[in-house]
Amino acid sequence: MTTQYLILSGLIFAIGALGVLIRRNAIVVFMCVELMLNACNLAFVTFARQNGNLEGQIIAFFVMVVAAAEVVVGLAIIVTIFRTRRSASVDDANLLKY
Amino acid sequence: MNGFEAPTIEYGQLAPLLLVFGAACIGVLVEAFAPRYLRKSIQVPLSLLSLIGAFALVIVQVARGGVPTTASAMGAVAVDGPSLFIWGVILVLSLGAVLMVNDDGHFVASAAAVPGSADEEEAETSGGAHTEVYPLVLFAVGGMLLFAASHDLLVMFVALEVMSLPLYLLCGLARRRRLLSQEASLKYFLLGAFSSAFFLYGMAMIYGYAGTVSLPGISQAMSTGSLMDPLLLLGFSLLGVGLLFKIGAAPFHAWKPDVYQGAPTPITALMASGTLVAAMGAVLRVFWVALGNLDWDWRPVMWVVAALTMIVGAILAITQTDIKRMLAYSSIAHAGFLLIGVMATFEAAEKNAASLSAILFYLLVYGFTTVGAFAVVTMVRDPGGEAGHLSRWAGLGKRSPLLAGVFAFFLLAFAGIPLTSGFFGKYAVFAAAVSSGTQTGDSMGAWMTGLVVVGVIASAIAAFFYVRVIVLMFFSEPAADGPTVVAPSMGTAVVIGVALLVTVGVGLFPQPALDIANQAASGLFIR
Repeated sequence: MTTQYLILSGLIFAIGALGVLIRRNAIVVFMCVELMLNACNLAFVTFARQNGNLEGQIIAFFVMVVAAAEVVVGLAIIVTIFRTRRSASVDDANLLKY
Repeated sequence: MNGFEAPTIEYGQLAPLLLVFGAACIGVLVEAFAPRYLRKSIQVPLSLLSLIGAFALVIVQVARGGVPTTASAMGAVAVDGPSLFIWGVILVLSLGAVLMVNDDGHFVASAAAVPGSADEEEAETSGGAHTEVYPLVLFAVGGMLLFAASHDLLVMFVALEVMSLPLYLLCGLARRRRLLSQEASLKYFLLGAFSSAFFLYGMAMIYGYAGTVSLPGISQAMSTGSLMDPLLLLGFSLLGVGLLFKIGAAPFHAWKPDVYQGAPTPITALMASGTLVAAMGAVLRVFWVALGNLDWDWRPVMWVVAALTMIVGAILAITQTDIKRMLAYSSIAHAGFLLIGVMATFEAAEKNAASLSAILFYLLVYGFTTVGAFAVVTMVRDPGGEAGHLSRWAGLGKRSPLLAGVFAFFLLAFAGIPLTSGFFGKYAVFAAAVSSGTQTGDSMGAWMTGLVVVGVIASAIAAFFYVRVIVLMFFSEPAADGPTVVAPSMGTAVVIGVALLVTVGVGLFPQPALDIANQAASGLFIR
């Protein structure tokens, strides 16, 4: 009964992971990471239903708070680098290599 | 449902953790309310005293013999022997990092000002400084303490983020070469967030399998349930990705050189020592406590990861031209040596205690040497900041023999030359791995010995590039416009002195430190 939700969660996670790997804009990459976290939330809530306990639902709240904190830090970093380079492309950040 | 029951929290056992987090919160309030000219003189003593206080609380707890046998805070945090040992190590190492942070000239005057703009110039001339660095470091240290002691996966995830988020920011705050620093911060942040999403999805899968995220609960569910459940296998693989990223093991190591090079050196020292120690603690807890019954599945995977990590770390370090990048690859190789210890599991508990003690000892000696080496790196400077390029280090032994000698000694300790602490660390881990391979009924026997051979070869390769730097410092002519060696501040001098003392002392008389590690490991992890 919960299978559809798990498949959906897996799909969202895969879309997010793929997005991180192929998109170039740091903001979009970051949004894809958020998508992955939301896929985790869906899985947690589904498993909470399946296991018949509340732990998964509570974990989902923790994940939301952590994701919000991550947005604060992440956007600060991306905005700083955008102001310096006038570009948010992850391809342009290429000074550190080899 | 019969209502809520108030949770019991063992404040005494958690006191070191609470002290560090409490001081970090006070630090934030100081930033909000204290006038600018007062902030540094409040933040520095606050950070130092809270770390010293937390270390004292750990010592008091050990001296009282009060190592608890059950998990604290309703099964959320395990304050057992290994936790207390790791706490002590992290607190001392981060104390060293804070002393280095305290030096002028490492952190940007105003992070919001665009590099090269009039704003930046104004911030520099007005003598602005980000004293937010201190509470951020304290939060990161608090996260490290919690990460190594977490007894369920949810606490581990939250601790992982509390540790990482301040570090992402701190990486971007270097005063010199700000573009590199910001780039390091961006890379660390995007990859770190990516890896913690994997950790979280793995946690969800394991929750689906076991119905709980508590580490002993997972182990219990595995003793009754199927060990071939796809949820379990997927879960532990994804969880492993997240954890191995944090220690910088081979397929997930790409962030380490970039971040270590770009970050301000005191923060690199904190990451290279504290984060690695905390993450090893978490890796051990997940793989030994929760997934102990599954070791037939994860040990072959870990074998490949450990071998790859050592070889990649050692070989790529040879081609580096930047001193911090080279130390980053060396840190990757050391993570591989530590993973050999993680694989040295036994059926018998007291033998497990021996491998655990070897890993704890390794973490102790590696942490001190690392902080000392990075402290030396902060002292060798060009007009534009630290002299990163290796060619600038040529002939340093002729211009300042003392500093070059100390650095050479740290490098020999990294290489594991006898009479330095690094030798005993490596020996202990390799010995544990070989003896775990020779126990009866373990088909991994030859493989474990093979892994140790790979480890020895990797050490030999690593010794080559450490010695190359020593040769460069002592046997080549100094350039006419070579870097200046600045006189160390009180803090940096103390850090280098203590690191040298530990590296020499443990190298000559390893027994006291081994005894402490044995004692900490004797009770193994709380289950």
